[in-house]
Parts: sequence; C-alpha cells; structure tokens
Amino acid sequence: MTQPMMDKPEPSSLLGAPVLEGRDLTRYYAISRGAFKPSATVKALNGVSFSLHSGRTLAVVGESGCGKSTLARLVTMIEDPTSGDLLIDGQPAHVGDRSLRSLVQIVFQNPYGSLNPRQKVGTILDEPLRINTKDDAATRRAKVEEMMRKVGLRPEHYDRYPHMFSGGQRQRIAIARALMLRPKVLVLDEPVSALDLSIQAQVLNLLMDLQKEMGLAYLFISHGLSVVRHIADDIMVMYLGRPVETGTSEAVFANPQHPYTAALLSATPIANPQGRRQRIALQGELPSPLKPPSGCPFNPRCWRATDECRQIMPALSGDVAQQFACYHPLGDKPPSPPSE
Amino acid sequence: MAATETKTAAPPSGLAEFWFYFSRNRGAVLGLGIFLVILCLAIAAPLVAPHSPSEQNRAALLLPPVFAKGGQLTYLMGTDPVGRDILSRLIYGARFSLFIGLVVVSLSVISGVLVGLVAGYFRGRVDTVIMRLMDIVLAFPSLLLALVLVAVLGPGLVNAMIAISLVNLPHFVRLTRASVMTERTKDYVIGSQVAGAGTLRLMFMTILPNCLAPLIVQATLAFSAAILDAAALGFLGMGAQPPTPEWGTMLAEAREFIQRAWWVVTFPGLAILITVLAINLMGDGLRDALDPKLKRS
Repeated sequence: MTQPMMDKPEPSSLLGAPVLEGRDLTRYYAISRGAFKPSATVKALNGVSFSLHSGRTLAVVGESGCGKSTLARLVTMIEDPTSGDLLIDGQPAHVGDRSLRSLVQIVFQNPYGSLNPRQKVGTILDEPLRINTKDDAATRRAKVEEMMRKVGLRPEHYDRYPHMFSGGQRQRIAIARALMLRPKVLVLDEPVSALDLSIQAQVLNLLMDLQKEMGLAYLFISHGLSVVRHIADDIMVMYLGRPVETGTSEAVFANPQHPYTAALLSATPIANPQGRRQRIALQGELPSPLKPPSGCPFNPRCWRATDECRQIMPALSGDVAQQFACYHPLGDKPPSPPSE
Repeated sequence: MAATETKTAAPPSGLAEFWFYFSRNRGAVLGLGIFLVILCLAIAAPLVAPHSPSEQNRAALLLPPVFAKGGQLTYLMGTDPVGRDILSRLIYGARFSLFIGLVVVSLSVISGVLVGLVAGYFRGRVDTVIMRLMDIVLAFPSLLLALVLVAVLGPGLVNAMIAISLVNLPHFVRLTRASVMTERTKDYVIGSQVAGAGTLRLMFMTILPNCLAPLIVQATLAFSAAILDAAALGFLGMGAQPPTPEWGTMLAEAREFIQRAWWVVTFPGLAILITVLAINLMGDGLRDALDPKLKRS
C-alpha cells in the first residue's frame, strides 16, 4: 500500500504488516586491545526494536557512536545481529539470503566513496540488474535510462565516470543504483549531510517524490533533527546503542519526553532570530561503549538524573504514539535545564 | 543541477581514449617507441642481424667498433674475444631479455595478485599465514635467494626465470593486499555487496580494477628488474649458459677484457640500460592513462 507522505501520521498498528521489523536487535563486536589484554566487547547495538511500513519514513537519530550505522549494516544484511530477529517482508533475514537481499538497498553518506571510480554511470546502474535479473542488454539499458530520468540525470550521463559529477549528482546516481532492483526498503545513511544546503533540499525532495511514486519505506539515519523534521513520519532517538525515545514525528517534535531528545532538539538551528529557544548545553562526552555507565546510559550527562537512574536501566514506556525510556520524563512543561 | 554542460559527441572507443591520455606523456611515448623498436628487432632478428650470433671469425678477434680506430664496416659494434659480431649478439639477446621480462612478470603478477587478493579480501588466519610466508621470502636478499633457488633447480635460463618470479612474488602480494584492504571497506564495495554481488564478482570486478594503478607500475618495474636480475644471474654463470647471447652473460664473458676492449662490455650494458629505462617510462605513462581519476571530463 502506498501511504502519501504528508497525511496525518497514524499509529503504526493501523497500517497492516510492516515491511521491515527489528525485534530486540543486538550487535556486539569483539575488539582486541593488543597482545596481552583480553579482547573487549563493544555493544554497538543493544536491544533495538522497530517496525517500518511501506510508504513511511522512520528516522533514526543520535550522536556518532550511538549505533545508527551498525543498525544500517544489520538491516542491509551486511552483518547478522548477535541476537534478535530481523524480519523483511515478514520473513527472517540472514546474511547470504539472496531472495530478500534485493528488497533492502542502501544510500551512503559520502557520494564520493559510494560509487566505483572505475565504472561508468551506466555500468554502475546496470550491475544490480546484471546480477539479479535475466534481462538482456537492451532491456537493462532501457531500465537504466528510465531510472536515470526518474532521479533527474540526463541520458548522456550514461557514459560518464562518477568523478565528472558534483556531489548532488553523485548522490542521485547512488539513489538510482539503490532503486534499480525496485526495493521495498531504502536505508538512507545520512544521505544529505555531505551536501551543500541548497543541494540537500533538492535531494530530499527527490527522495520524497520517489517515496510517493514507488511506495518505498525509508530508514533515514541522521545525526541531526533539522533534516529529519521534513521527511520523517516516525522518529527513533538512540543513545549508546539503545532507543531512548520513539514515536511519531509530530509527537516527538511537539513534546519531547526524554531529556536527551530535548537536548538534541534544542541544538537544532532555526532560521528565526526572534524565536530563539533556550539552548540545552550537555556536559561531558558520549561514554565509551566499552564501559557503558550503569543504569540509564544517559545519566552522567543528564541534569535530571537521580540515584534510580544510576542503578537501573529504564525500559521504554508510553503509548503507541510516543514511547520513552526515562524515569523523569519532561512531561508537558517546557524543559528548564541549565542554559549556556 | 549543472544544466549548462556542453553537449558531448559520442564517447571515443576505449583504445582511442587510452591513446589520447597516453600520448600526453612525452616520456611514455618515447619509452613505447624504443620498446617497440627493440621488440621488432628481437622478432626480426634473423633478418636484421648481419651475422649469426654464434659464428666465430678467427680473423677478427676483439675488433673495435666501426667508428673507432681499426674498426671494420662488417662489424658495426666490433667483435668479442672469439670473433663473434657484438651487434648480432645484442639483437638476438633482445629476444631472451624480453622473453625473460615477459615470463617473469606474467608469472609473478598473476600469482602475486591472486594470493594478495585472497589475503586482503578474507583477512584473518589465511592472511596471517600468507603474509608470514611472504615475509620469510622478503627476509632474504633477493639475488642471494635467486642464486640459491637456481643452485637447487640447476643453472639455466628457465630455472633462472622461475627463481626470479618467486623472488618478485612478495612485492606483488604485499602491494595487492594493501590496496585490497583499503578498497574492501569502501562504500562502493558494500553497495555492490548489498546489490547482491558474490565473492568472486566483488574480488575481481569491483575491487581488483581499483587496485591496478600501483600494480601496473610495479609490473613494469619488475619487468626491467627481471631483465637486470637475469643479467646478474647470467653474469654469475647461473642464468643463460654460453653460447646463448643473453646480455648479462655477454657482460660476464667480457669482464676480463674491460681494460683492453671497452666495447665488449659497454654495448651489452647500454642495451640493458636503454631497455630498462624505456620500459620504466612506458609504465609511468600507462599508469596515468589507466587512472580514470586523472581524466578530464
């Protein structure tokens, strides 16, 4: 089913079966710390559940190191989760499962590294078809040219190399490649953060048009909330490998409950000098995922933290539209944190 | 977006495009020219050479070249201690030298790239085993190792070539592995993987072409190094055996006459120098012409 973008976000439960579902996904990495120390475990992803429906966009937001990119690697079946289940189109997915592989594709952050510099644009776009379909050369060429038109590339670009294009055009090529196999889910790993502001808007508009046209589900990974506001239906804010707040875009933006979400929101620049908000200045750094703090992972930087927060990890709670993992949610009143 | 791009004509064919970029490098064209001349001479040796390489003229021992005092027109570069024409021997010798270069480079590039690709792609234990083996080979001085190998296999041109290939192998393995490791984690490789590309396709179609630039340069350097090594082995009596007109062997045979007859050593040495230089120049241009990042739109 294709859900037009700008409709009122409905609670996900009314939308039928999700096209992508994660259940308690974890991913641990063992890293060696030299010859004489035991290897340590990094819990890059520590229990993430989500569901994504056709035509909708789930934005995953957080600082670097919070597990966003690990989530992308799991969802695109580059790696298997350490535990938990990943369901694509209702079927459990594993690395090496070729039948589900083409349903999830990815667009990377850096358009300068995501295109093979030795291949011409035509070859880059042709490759997914060549691998996955039995089409003859003429059919593939027609499909490639159709897709190039769709993303705003001209036919004469077919024989050019990626380095002849600007960042925005390269990102269009990358989007075209991801869409060649008609996937149901597109993972967008910070697709516009390497681009100029004016190009960002073009690429975002293109993505939204394509979503409407093809009924795509987007998993939109971002480290800032400003871009997300335009494109997301649902938001998942992550901190140190766990979601701290999830919900519909409207609910989270209107009324953030977790202090971390509030801090992230206050850090989003707005182009209105009159409407300045109070900026929440977080103290300290993201803790090392090698030694996460006990209790709520956010407690060392939280201005509302109590002893309870330092001992027991809060679970996600709330209603369908908005859930948060915090003992001291902000409630309806505006946040009153230490300002700058 | 850039809407004001000029319309381009139909893209040139691969070969024409290659030549367009290759011909911009004067040195490379010069190198290619010299290399082609040597190649033609080698192929047409029986037609070009004025004498047979092993024909001895007892009447003309250690005759100086034509431009020196006492030289004869029939022996343009003079004769060696047993009265053989040096020019003819050099022309025939080009056959051996180019053959050695070609065989050694093919052997070591093919096996080195394969092994390096496997090590860099799979990493882990395979990588450790391969790289430690290569370190052992690298730990020996290359000529000494080649000498030992030839001593084991027995002296002769073919065995010398095998030995030199083995000595060259670690360079290619290391070079390939290093490039593969940097390319392996790049987004375009992961993108291909997500699009469903299998291991072999990723290794040979996606990653390998992007690792070629340093390999081409190394291959041309190895080509000339192989000629030099074969000459050195020949000089030490472990390579081509007399009367084969191999350049290094010619040098070795002539070393006792360095003081009396300079031409007997100078011309084979010059032949080696010019060939090696031409190939190196050519390799440099080849790398530039094959790197799409240096191309203009």
